[in-house]
Amino acid sequence: MSPIMFDLLLRSLWETVLMTLASGIISLVAGLPLGLALVMTGKGGISENLWVNRVLGAVVNGFRSVPFIILLVALIPVTRFIVGSSIGTWAAIVPLSIAATPYYARIAEVSLREVDRGLIEAVRSMGGNRWTIVREVLLPEALPGIVAGFTVTLVTLIGASAMAGAIGAGGLGDLAIRYGYQRFETSVMVAVVVVLIVLVCAIQWIGDRLVDRLDHR
Amino acid sequence: MPHAGHGADRAADVPVVRLDGVVRHFGGTAALDGISLSVRKGEVVGIIGRSGAGKSTLIRCLNGLERPDRGTIAIEGRDITGLSEAELQPLRRRIGMIFQHFNLLSAKTVAENVMLPLKIEGMSRAERRERAAELLELVGLSAKADAYPSALSGGQKQRVGIARALAARPALLLSDEATSALDPETTASILALLKDINQRLGLTILLVTHEMEVVRGVADRVAVIDAGKIVEDGPVWSVFSAPKAATTRSLLGAIRPDLPPAIVAELAARGERVLGVDLVGPEAATLLAALSIELKAPVRLVHGGIDHIQGQSVGRFFITLPAGAALPQAIAFLTRHGAHVETTGHVPDHV
Repeated sequence: MSPIMFDLLLRSLWETVLMTLASGIISLVAGLPLGLALVMTGKGGISENLWVNRVLGAVVNGFRSVPFIILLVALIPVTRFIVGSSIGTWAAIVPLSIAATPYYARIAEVSLREVDRGLIEAVRSMGGNRWTIVREVLLPEALPGIVAGFTVTLVTLIGASAMAGAIGAGGLGDLAIRYGYQRFETSVMVAVVVVLIVLVCAIQWIGDRLVDRLDHR
Repeated sequence: MPHAGHGADRAADVPVVRLDGVVRHFGGTAALDGISLSVRKGEVVGIIGRSGAGKSTLIRCLNGLERPDRGTIAIEGRDITGLSEAELQPLRRRIGMIFQHFNLLSAKTVAENVMLPLKIEGMSRAERRERAAELLELVGLSAKADAYPSALSGGQKQRVGIARALAARPALLLSDEATSALDPETTASILALLKDINQRLGLTILLVTHEMEVVRGVADRVAVIDAGKIVEDGPVWSVFSAPKAATTRSLLGAIRPDLPPAIVAELAARGERVLGVDLVGPEAATLLAALSIELKAPVRLVHGGIDHIQGQSVGRFFITLPAGAALPQAIAFLTRHGAHVETTGHVPDHV
């Protein structure tokens, strides 16, 4: 592989990491409260409100059912409004975040729902309010699952970011399609795949270690 | 440890808990069907019933986790049935609760679990630390302060649960099947701890259970609940010595001696008559000897014995009379000494 190709590989890696981390953090910040809201307003939740729950659920399902490549194009006006351009790495972060937020919200919802109801009852019996239950029970008890779910979301985002090449965002997926596939450069394809495997393994390893340290169950 | 409950100087005749005609339905079935009960300060009351009898619903009504459809619930003289969730929150800090499955927060250490009610109360971190250390010493778990609950045994977890329930110096401790997940030995040590706390702090305790052993070990008074109704209520020794309701008799099961069917059959085959004798009091120990002297021939003890409940000797014996003894004479003698006599078994022809 030529030095030029190597530079290209490094640049693509950086673009992928940037897209994944930026949209990952946005989906964590937006998706966790959304998942919490789904659990709290759900049946038997601490702020049960089935009407709100149904609306939130429908919005989440709506976004999750649109294929990412369609979302990427359909959100161009929104992207242009937020970033100022509809092309480039930063432009890809908008649809990636919007796709990953409901995805992560569902994962967080599952972990939060699994928190033992007896623990919520115990804190209620101490005179704790809703906010206390969220802060002292739901979030800390679900934390290992919340972190594990975030790891899954990051890995999914690496895959999704490959499609962002369609709007000129670059990244490893884009490199593999344009050089490895369209120009028949097998060495580039192999190199990209190896880099992706290493990247995914690294993220998973860090995530797993973190969960081990947080889990006291 | 200082006891500084707000209720300590209150008139002793205001019951800590007073239920009046409490009804709670789930769908079409009544979990609670007109429960009236009152618990005095410093009393340990056991509520016993089979699964599904309504005991958990009852205990959860007392701190507003469950709301009754009808009736009034007063805690330290204050009616709580009309209170909003926000108004119930400060009240719940006056009521500690322990659970069958301990319900300790797995992400917090033992000390942090004990400190949580104090954090909710708004106590400073330094004070919380100090109070938690005090409580962990009370329950004998000072060494485990920084351990996580997953590293503890069931009995230790329940001790932490008790420390946590006592942290905010409650006026009332509710125990929801707190020993049902523990082995008999651990159960005994947890009950001893509860009794000790009751005596040292004068804490009122209300516990629901399906095990008579628990009631026997710790309670002063027992209320038997069946299908949402209290079918029997009285001092433990009295209910144990003379259970009236069928539910009580069946729950007493192994604790209250009953004549094994094999012995009934054997005696019936021999044509012997068995007397069931119940007697509470110091005379229980000497009754059979006295009867033998009265009849001038030894009576035979077939089954039973003396149990000691709340310092009372509760005797329950099954005896057969010596051949030729007059049955009316024996019954008259026993009744004269305060015993309750029932004749069971086969009625031989010669009587």
